[in-house]
Amino acid sequence: MLSVAGLSAYYGRAHILDDVALDVGAGEVVVLLGRNGAGKSTTMKAIMGLVPPAAGRVRFAGAEIAGREPFEIARLGLGYVPEERRIFTELSVLENLEVGRRPPTAGLRPWTPERLFALFPSLGAMQDRPGGRMSGGEQQMLTIARTLMGNPRLILLDEPSEGLAPVVIERMAEAIRALKSEGLSILLSEQNLHFAQLVSDRATIIEKGRIRWSGSMPQLLAADDVREQYLSV
Amino acid sequence: MENLVLQALSGLASASSLFLVASGLTVIFGVSRVVNFAHGSFYMLGAYLAYTLVTHLPRGHLGFWGGVIGAAVLVGLIGLAVEMLLLRRIYRAPELFQLLATFGVVLIVQELTQMIWGAQDLLGPRAPGLRGSAEILGLRFPLYELFLIGVGPVVLGLLVLLFRRTRWGTLVRAATQDREMVGALGVNQRMLFTSVFFLGSLLAGLGGALQLPRESVNLHMDLSIITEAFVVVVVGGLGSLTGAALAALLIGELHAFGILIVPKITLVLVFLVMALVLVVRPHGLLGKPEAAARGGQGSAEPVIGPAPAALRWLALAALGLAVVVPPFLGDYAISVLTELATAVLFAASLHLIMGPGGMASFGHAAYFGLGAYGAALAAQWLGAPMLAGLALAPLAAGVFGLVFGYFCVRLSGVYAAMLTLAFAQIAWSVAFQWVEVTGGDNGILGVWPDAWAAPKLVFYYLALALCLGATLLLRRVVHAPFGYALRAQRDSALRAEAIGIDAFRIRWLGFALAAAAAGIAGGLFAYGKGSVFPTYMGIPRSVDALLMVLLGGVQTLSGPIIGALAFTGLQEQLVRLTDLWRLILGAVIVLLVLFFPQGLAGATRARWEARHGDA
Ligand SMILES: Nc1ncnc2c1ncn2[C@@H]1O[C@H](COP(=O)(O)OP(=O)(O)OP(=O)(O)O)[C@@H](O)[C@H]1O
Ligand SMILES: [Mg+2]
Repeated sequence: MLSVAGLSAYYGRAHILDDVALDVGAGEVVVLLGRNGAGKSTTMKAIMGLVPPAAGRVRFAGAEIAGREPFEIARLGLGYVPEERRIFTELSVLENLEVGRRPPTAGLRPWTPERLFALFPSLGAMQDRPGGRMSGGEQQMLTIARTLMGNPRLILLDEPSEGLAPVVIERMAEAIRALKSEGLSILLSEQNLHFAQLVSDRATIIEKGRIRWSGSMPQLLAADDVREQYLSV
Repeated sequence: MENLVLQALSGLASASSLFLVASGLTVIFGVSRVVNFAHGSFYMLGAYLAYTLVTHLPRGHLGFWGGVIGAAVLVGLIGLAVEMLLLRRIYRAPELFQLLATFGVVLIVQELTQMIWGAQDLLGPRAPGLRGSAEILGLRFPLYELFLIGVGPVVLGLLVLLFRRTRWGTLVRAATQDREMVGALGVNQRMLFTSVFFLGSLLAGLGGALQLPRESVNLHMDLSIITEAFVVVVVGGLGSLTGAALAALLIGELHAFGILIVPKITLVLVFLVMALVLVVRPHGLLGKPEAAARGGQGSAEPVIGPAPAALRWLALAALGLAVVVPPFLGDYAISVLTELATAVLFAASLHLIMGPGGMASFGHAAYFGLGAYGAALAAQWLGAPMLAGLALAPLAAGVFGLVFGYFCVRLSGVYAAMLTLAFAQIAWSVAFQWVEVTGGDNGILGVWPDAWAAPKLVFYYLALALCLGATLLLRRVVHAPFGYALRAQRDSALRAEAIGIDAFRIRWLGFALAAAAAGIAGGLFAYGKGSVFPTYMGIPRSVDALLMVLLGGVQTLSGPIIGALAFTGLQEQLVRLTDLWRLILGAVIVLLVLFFPQGLAGATRARWEARHGDA
C-alpha cells in the first residue's frame, strides 16, 4: 500500500532524514518508534509532502507521490493526523469534520459524522462546540475523525497517545483496532511502547533520522537489546 | 437636531460604501495574509468600468444596474487574473514585499486607466428610480444615499451566510487559521485563494461602481479609498468581517461629524482614532494576533558583518569619483547628483528601521517631508538662514519621529506598516489642507540656499558631506552597542529583555534616529530644489524609499546605498525617456519582487558567497 525508500529530507540546511525506508501493507498497522527528535514526525510530513523530500521514492496505492503537493496526496487516499492536532479552533466539531469531507473511496464504507460519533461517543455530545473549547483528548479524537471524513485508505497517525490519560489511551487503542478491522491501513508514530503493542502488527525503529531496526511486534518484544538501545529513555 | 440626524444618515451611507471595499480587503487578507494595496485600484476600476458600461448600455433600470453588476464581475475577473499571475507566486515572500508588489499593480493600473479613460474627471448618470430625495424630519435626503445605507447590511448579511452556511465558507474560515492543514486534508488551496480573491475584488468593484451616481470618477480614487480601507480593516482587526463593519460605521460617522467640528482636517481625526484604537487594542477591535496563522515559512536573518575588502575599495572609488568629477559637469548633472546624495541618506535611514531594527515602515516619507517643511517653513516665516533651516530639519523630523514612533514601535508586521502609513497620511493631509501656512498643494517656493552656497557645485559638496557623514554615522550606530541591542531585540525581544535590554526604548530611539536622518535628507532636498510640496510626504515617496532599501536588500548595509543609486538613476532615466514611467516602474517593482526577493545586493552577496565559500 505505502512503500518508502531512500527518503531524505532537510529543514533548511539541517539534514533530518537519511535513507529512510519502510512499508505498510494493505490493512496493516505499522508503528514507527523512536525517541524525541528521532525524526518520526518529519518522516510523516515528508510522506505527506508537507516537508519536500530531497531524495527518495514514496509509492502509495500504485502511484509515485514524492514531490507532489499535499492536497493531491490526500486526494489519493492518504490521510494525515498531525501530532499537534491542529484543530480549527473557531470551527465547531461538525464544521471541522466538514473541512475533512471527501467523496467515498471504492471498497471502503464511507464515513459520516454519525458513524464517527459512534466510534468516538464523546464527540457526538458536543457537535456544535468550537474546537478551541475542547480538552486535549477530545481534540485528539476530533483530529482523527476529521481525517477519516476524507475516506482515506491509509492514515499517518502521529503520536496519538501523547499527553492522554491512561483510560483515554485505552479508548484510543480500541478505536484504532476498530479502524483496522474496517480494512484501513495505518502508519503510527509512537514513543509509548505499551500503546504501540496494543495495536501494531509490525514495528520500525528510527533514530537520528535513520532506520535502525524493522520486524514484527513479537520480535521486538523478544529483542531486549534493541529496545534497550533505541527506546529506553 | 434634524441636521444631526441627516449628518448621521450620510455617515451611514459612507460607512456602507466603505464596508464594501474593506470587507473584500479583509476577507482576502484573512486567507492569503496578503495586504493588497491594489484593492483600491480595483475600486477605481469598478467605477470606470461602470461608467463605460452604464453610458453604453440602453438607459433605464436594466442598463444601469446591469452596468453596475457587470462592472463588479469584471473587476472580480481582473482580481482573479492578478492573483493567478502575481500573488500566487509570492504568498511566501515577506509581507513588505507583498505590499510592494501590489503597489506595483497600483502604478500599472493607474497608467492603464489614464491611457484608456483619460485624465479628466468623468460624471456618470444618476441611478434610475433613485434620483429624487426623501423627506426626513422636514429635511430632504437623497434617495440614493438611503439605498446605499441599505446595501451595506445586505452585503454583510450575505457574506455572513456565505461564510457560515456553505462548505466554501467553512473551508475559507478553516484556511484563515491553518491553510497548510486544510491542504493536507485534500483541499486545493490555490483554487480556494483564487476564489476568495475573486470575491474580494468583486466587492471592491461593486463599491466603486456604486459611487457612480454619487461622485465624479477620477484617477485619485485608488489611493484615497485604499488608505481609508486600510484604516477600517486595521481598526476592525485584520481578517474580521464584523470588525470591518463596526469600524466602517465608526469611520463613516467620524467623517460625517468631523466635518461639523473640524471641517478641514477630518482625515487627521480619522487617523488619530486609528492610532488610539491600535494603542489600546494592538490587533484592532475584533482581530486576533497574527502569529496564530500558520503555513508561512520564516527564514533566519543573516548576520550583518563588516563589508568585504573588495566592496570597500569599490565604495572608495565611487566616493573618489563623486568628489573629483562634478566640477566638470553641467548644472543639471550636478543637481541630479545632489538628489542622489539625499536619496542615499533617505534610504539608509529607512534601512536602520527595517534591517537592524526589524520593523516595518510604510510611511518613511513623513520624516523626509517634515525635514523639508521644517526647513522651508523656517525660511518662509522666520527668514531663517540656510544653516539654521538645515539644523531645524532633523530636529523637526526627529521630534515627530519620537511622537509617531511612540505608537508605531509597539506594533509589528502589517499593523506597524499600516500605522506608519497612517501617520504619514496625517502629515501629508496637514501639509495639503492647511493652506494658510503650508501653501497647500502649491507648496512653498523660493527656498533657496544662502548666497555662499548658491552655486550648484558648492551646494552639492555641502549635501555630499552632510549625507555621507550622516550615512556613515548610521553605519557606525549599527556596529555600536546600540546597534547590537537593536538587532538583539529584532531577533528575539524576549531574550533581549532577559539580558537587560529595554526593547521598546531601543526600538523607539532607533525609529526617532532614523526619522531625524531622513529629516536631514529632506532639508537638503528642499534647498536643492528650492521648493517643497505635500508630495514629499506622499505614499509614492514612502514607496520610493522602500524600493531603494528592498532593491538593495534589507540585510546588507551597502544595500540601501546601492539601491538608492540604482533607483534614482532608473527613475531619472525613465522620467526623461517616457511618459509611461509609472507603468514601467510598476512593472519593474513586480518583476523585482518576483525574481529578486533578496534584493540586488542580497542576490550579489549570495552569488559572491557561493563562489567564495561561506567566509
Ligand atoms: N521546523 C523545524 N525546523 C528545524 N528543525 C526541525 C523542525 N522540526 C523538527 N526539527 C528537528 O528535526 C529533528 C526530527 O524532528 P521530529 O519532529 O521529526 O522528531 P520526532 O521523532 O517526531 O520527535 P517527537 O517524539 O518529539 O515528536 C529534530 O532534531 C528536530 O529538532
Ligand atoms: Mg513528533
